[in-house]
This record gives sequence, C-alpha cells and structure tokens, in this order.
Amino acid sequence: MNTPRIVIAGAGTAGHHLAAALRESGFDGAVSLIGDEPHLPYHRPPLSKDYLAGTAHPDSLSLRAPAFYTEHKVATHLGIPVRQIDRTTHRVVLADDRPLAYDHLVLALGASPRPFDIPGRDLGGVVELRTRADAESLREHLREGCRVVVVGGGFIGLEVAAAARKRGADATVLEAMPTLMSRALSATAAAHLAELHTAQGVRVICSTAVSALEGSAGRVHAVTTSNGQRLAADVVVLGIGVVPNVAPAAAAGLDVANGVVVDEYLTTSDPRISAVGDCANFPVPCGDRIRLESIQNAVDQARYVARRINGHTGTYSAVPYFWSDQFGMKLQIVGHAARSDRTVIRGTDTKFSIFRFHGNELAAVESINDPVTHLTVRKILGAGGTLTPDQADETVDLRALARNLAG
Amino acid sequence: MPKVTFIHNDGIDDVVDASPGTTLMQTAMLGDVVGIVAECGGSMMCATCHVYVHEDWMEKVGERGEMEEEMLESTSEPSRPTSRLSCQITVSEELDGLIVETPRTQL
Repeated sequence: MNTPRIVIAGAGTAGHHLAAALRESGFDGAVSLIGDEPHLPYHRPPLSKDYLAGTAHPDSLSLRAPAFYTEHKVATHLGIPVRQIDRTTHRVVLADDRPLAYDHLVLALGASPRPFDIPGRDLGGVVELRTRADAESLREHLREGCRVVVVGGGFIGLEVAAAARKRGADATVLEAMPTLMSRALSATAAAHLAELHTAQGVRVICSTAVSALEGSAGRVHAVTTSNGQRLAADVVVLGIGVVPNVAPAAAAGLDVANGVVVDEYLTTSDPRISAVGDCANFPVPCGDRIRLESIQNAVDQARYVARRINGHTGTYSAVPYFWSDQFGMKLQIVGHAARSDRTVIRGTDTKFSIFRFHGNELAAVESINDPVTHLTVRKILGAGGTLTPDQADETVDLRALARNLAG
Repeated sequence: MPKVTFIHNDGIDDVVDASPGTTLMQTAMLGDVVGIVAECGGSMMCATCHVYVHEDWMEKVGERGEMEEEMLESTSEPSRPTSRLSCQITVSEELDGLIVETPRTQL
C-alpha cells in the first residue's frame, strides 16, 4: 500500500491540520477532507472573541487561502455531512450518496452545543455559538442597549458577555454552580474573572439556573430563573457546553463513550479508523481517560496521526494547554486539573500565575496576563520535567530551570 | 497591493501579496509561507510567529508592544534586536517591499 487513501471526516481545526501535516511531510496518497459546514476550515476561537465583537479583519478567520487545498491536492467536500461509515467495504457515504473509499479514515467530527430542553427554547433570539454562521447571526443582535442574557458561565459564555459589552450591549451571565467555571479553574482564577466581568459592567449571577424562556410573537423577551427572578432579554445565548459528535461512529458500531473511544495511538476499536480532536476520548498516563475541547488538542492529535500514518510507531502524548481572552485579559492554562489541594501564586495583582498541586504533584498552571510563565512551564513539562511547590516560589528562576532541562 | 518577502534559511524566498489591514502573520498563512506556525491564531499567546525584520525596515515597522517584548523572551530561536511577532505587525501600503527572515524553528 504505497499510496494509501486518507479520508478525514470533519473540516475543523483537527481535520485541517491533519491534511496540512500529511502534505508538509511529503505524503503523496489521496487526501479527502469532508466538512458539514459550507466553509473551508477556519479559526474557531475568534468566533466568541474579536470576530463576534466585530473588531477582526474579515480575512482573519481563514486558516489558509483556498488555493492551499488545490495546490496541495486536498480534495474538499464541503457542506455535505457524513451519512454513513461502511466498515466492511471501507467507504464513507456522504449525505448526497457519494461514496469515498478509504484505506484509513480519521474522524475529526468535533462537538456540538449541548441540547438544552427548556420551555421557550425555540423562540427567536435564543441562540447557540459554535459555527461561523452562529457568530455572524449573533453579532447582528449585539447592539448598543440590547439586553443579552448568557446561560452558562463557562469560557464561551464569558467571552460572549465580554464581546457584548464591547459592542455596547447589556450583559448578564447566569451560572448554575456557586462560582464561575468551578470545574475548569481554581477558585482564585474564577474569582478574578468574576471581578473583571463585574468591573466591566457584566451582571454575574451564580447559583442560579434557568427555568424558562418567555416570549411574545415568537421572540424571546425574558428569562425566568430557578429562584423566581425574571430578567428582561432581547437575546439569550446558550453556553452550557458541548457534546462530542459521535453519531456516524456509533452507527458504525465503533466504541463510543463520552466521545469516540481511542487507544494510546488514537486508533478506534477498528484499526482502520482513528479519531482526533474534540470528539476523541483518549487515555492519559495514570489510567484515566479524557476528552479535551481545545485547539492544542486538535492540532497535536492531528499532527500525531499524520506522523503515525507516515510510519511513526510511538504513542500519543502532549502537554495540554488552553487560552481565553476577555476584556483584554489573557488567561492561559497548561496541564489539566479538575481539582487541586494546594496552590502557589506568583506575580502581582494584575499579572500572575496560579500553580495548582495535588500534594506535591503539579496538575496545572493558570496564568493571567503572564504568557511568559505559561510558555516557560510548557517548556518544562514538554521536556519531561515538573515543578514542586517550592520551585513554584517567586524566588526560583523558572526560565533557568527550563533552559537546564532543554539541556 | 503591498508585497512582502519572507527569507528562509534554506535559501528559498517567498514573495507574497498582502492585503492592507491584515497582519504579517495572516499574510504568511494566506500566502502558504512555511516557517510561521501561529498556533494561537494571532492572540499573542504562543510566540510561534516569530520573524526577524530586515534592518532597513525596522523604523517603518515600528516598536514592539510591552507584552510582545516579554513574549519575545520565550521564542524557540533566540530573539535578536530585530525580532518581532508577525501577528503584531499590521501590513499597510507603507510596508510595500518589506523583507523579513523566518527563524529556523518556532516550536
């Protein structure tokens, strides 16, 4: 099999980077990229940030110029979802009945907004944010004086609130948990975000769920909450997280459990099929399994599978990292911490990093307006090193530690 | 349309058209220039769109920002006085003919 045919189901960040990495490495088999949106692959992060706020150049979403795909012989099938994966004949059938034969299939199916079953869900003005089309339609609503209620105080919810304020709209964030982002961030970082948003005029209401959306003439005009509040709303943005897109994989009988289940080579229960990015549930050292929704994860997994297709035999490993941008504040996270029992903070009030430990073991570092610490910790972890709580102390020169490890 | 030359260490240059108002990083991406990674897409979070600006162009390109200054301490290839993050340079007609060099590595 000198020139295997690679079919990539999903034209998001992971799908694009897989195709690009295959061609950069000189791979000369056929590469097909299937996307259910009508666009060539684009940057998704700005959709909830400067693209939504209207301050981004229209070209800034493009990952590559259209000519890239033709010049590098990546056959694109856009606006056509995958209907079926036929594992016996090794073919993907598109929604328009076209079959695409594969020697290896990579599922880069992404994720979709979590369904939210609530009275009034179908009213006009109740929107989600995942795609470029979603962002363009939401941006039309975000005008001076418009009242925006964001359901969910996670990254997307907070970024939307920040973009709404930038456009002069009135923004309220409703979070069901007692603090913002309690599952993703330390209490210190979460409190800093809440303060920042409050100072910028966002109304942050925690420990409050939505009980119904009210409307008239088919359009939303209020949100009622679990504790009986009634908030006037012209737009309601549902930002309660995403669920992995697994339908074609499940229908084809692949193992699926919170995503498409893959092994340490990112291979599914069928050796001819891999999965990468938001839709892939993969094992990490110490026996856990995780699924990450981030650019880093999409790019690193895509590049790894490209190397593997080219004959690399090692297992997948990467240092996870993530970023968000709200009101000009940069938040960057390296590592993965559901919780921590000890934190060390270094820096000043407005520019600092929070080192989170389980006992003496470093789990994650959150940096606020402190990209140098973030990048330095990434270098340390990437070189196989770690940090003790003592080493996280202000007096220790982290860059020197990173240089020594890099050797 | 302003033209920008990216000089690579393998001796092959890329000359690309830039649309005024976009950043030098976006110009590289849309022009299929290798050697610029731009992992974060222009949010100034990653320091993987590092370039060395040709000395003759330093003045026209302008000064580094405060955060950029710090980020340049974390680039993969050592930073020089002519180092910039290409996501922080907005291309204008003024920069027609700009010459930058890409570093050997970005990651």
